[in-house]
Amino acid sequence: MTALPASTEKKLGLVIDLDICVGCHACAVNCKEWNTGGYHAPLTDKTPYGPEATGVWFNRIHSFETKDAFGSRTVYFPKSCLHCEDAPCVTVCPTGASYKRGEDGIVMVDEDMCIGCKLCSWSCPYGAREFDDDVGVMKKCTLCVDRIYNDNLPEGDRVPACVATCPASARHFGDFADPESEVSKMTAERGGYDLMPEQDTQPANKYLPPRPRNAATSSADSNSKLDDVDPEGGFLGWVDRLLSA
Amino acid sequence: MHPAYSVIFFTTASGAGYGLLFLLGIFNAIGCLPESRWFGLAGLGIALALITAGLLSSTFHLGHPERAWRAFSQWRTSWLSREGVAAVLTYVPAGLFGIGWVFLEQTQGIWAVLGLLASLGAVVTVYCTGMIYASLKAIPAWHRKLVAPLYLVLGMATGGVLLNALLFLFVNFLPSGIILTITALVTGLILKQQYWQSIDSTPAESTVETATGLGAGVKVLDPPHTSTNYLQSEMGYKVARKHAEKLRNIAMATLFALPMVLGVIILLVPSLGVALGVMSVASAGLGIVVERWLFFAEAKHVVALYYGE
Repeated sequence: MTALPASTEKKLGLVIDLDICVGCHACAVNCKEWNTGGYHAPLTDKTPYGPEATGVWFNRIHSFETKDAFGSRTVYFPKSCLHCEDAPCVTVCPTGASYKRGEDGIVMVDEDMCIGCKLCSWSCPYGAREFDDDVGVMKKCTLCVDRIYNDNLPEGDRVPACVATCPASARHFGDFADPESEVSKMTAERGGYDLMPEQDTQPANKYLPPRPRNAATSSADSNSKLDDVDPEGGFLGWVDRLLSA
Repeated sequence: MHPAYSVIFFTTASGAGYGLLFLLGIFNAIGCLPESRWFGLAGLGIALALITAGLLSSTFHLGHPERAWRAFSQWRTSWLSREGVAAVLTYVPAGLFGIGWVFLEQTQGIWAVLGLLASLGAVVTVYCTGMIYASLKAIPAWHRKLVAPLYLVLGMATGGVLLNALLFLFVNFLPSGIILTITALVTGLILKQQYWQSIDSTPAESTVETATGLGAGVKVLDPPHTSTNYLQSEMGYKVARKHAEKLRNIAMATLFALPMVLGVIILLVPSLGVALGVMSVASAGLGIVVERWLFFAEAKHVVALYYGE
């Protein structure tokens, strides 16, 4: 049914730490690797080795430039389904293929019921859903539902593929309904925020802002420290004097 | 938004078809339509053919058209599902109305009530079509109060243009039909102008700052992938935004202005009715397609903010 559950027992989701993400795309690659053999298999690629390679991805790493007092700064910005509490993609679905699970809040697509009308992808402000025109159905992040409850995996691996692989620990998985969970505490401590709150989707996933820079860590400042380097004698001293002129 | 031809054809053809069905039901109940079964066959035949062709074409853009029947199930939450249910239910009174008129040559009494029910079904269906778009908050140009009324008025205007041409072909001059159509065209023009003004002047609620939460002055550095992805081709369509001004003028001239002027001339010189009526159909037909193409192509999805658009 495409009616949203009044409330869900758990609110599973991700915390994404924009201060830590280095933009390596490992999460996107491991997501693709796991999910192309998982619930939504295959995640079709078209002309993967050609000039216009396109395909279905559940996780894409954007990059933005921001400005602060110390100059500009690059922020890597992974984005996948935010498993919204008030998910517009679920209620627009005419067939019941889109649904939000009452037990853990995961937003899913039942491929066997999907008619491929794409309306759910139109309704999602975040671009979390991608149409697989080879199979003719909509596909999306399942929060690795086939990993997190998978008894065949060692307990430590029962997290979404993107979280399991992140070499910088920029992604964390947990239950936001539990105020004592790691993800809830992190969100509270670091001021975790929602993307596009004005869209009223109440996403589960939270983003932790980049920590403010200070004089000691800014690259502009570390460059100016070089001004005090003493000129050396001999050939290098001559080069230094020549370049400083 | 990418303007899929099947959806443009669906919304314009079925809009005009439902408009014609609506007017046939109403005017028949008032008793000012010719009782000829041939007029009934032509009028209801064209209305139902346009509706059916539109509905069929709307299934062409589906990934799995053979599962389209599933779309009748979620009418509690989904406007698309409601549209499907309303469309199918409307066939029942419309079909019976047609049987009475064409086969039994009965158009009054219970048959007129069936015609009115078909009119009601037509209004409900077109309203649902409008609400499919108006309910999408992620597409600010569509998430407006004017969108559903515009679908209704434009359906009635294009249906009215069709009805007048048909009436003239069956040698029957119905001034009230022309006046109603001109009224619908004027209302449509005013609403459409207000719509364009509102999408041009309302500042977007969602911005790259709210999309990223990264504060003022944030800008896109690199796209996440090396080539265009589904989101960009489906939601970030740019061609119409480039030519929007010209296309709006074409839509205004062909959909509204010319059929209005022709309508006035017909009222003054009814003998030119057939030729001018057919011209109005051609002009409004072109205009509604341009208007609908623009409606899709001009609308920008908020996900484009993540791609620097």
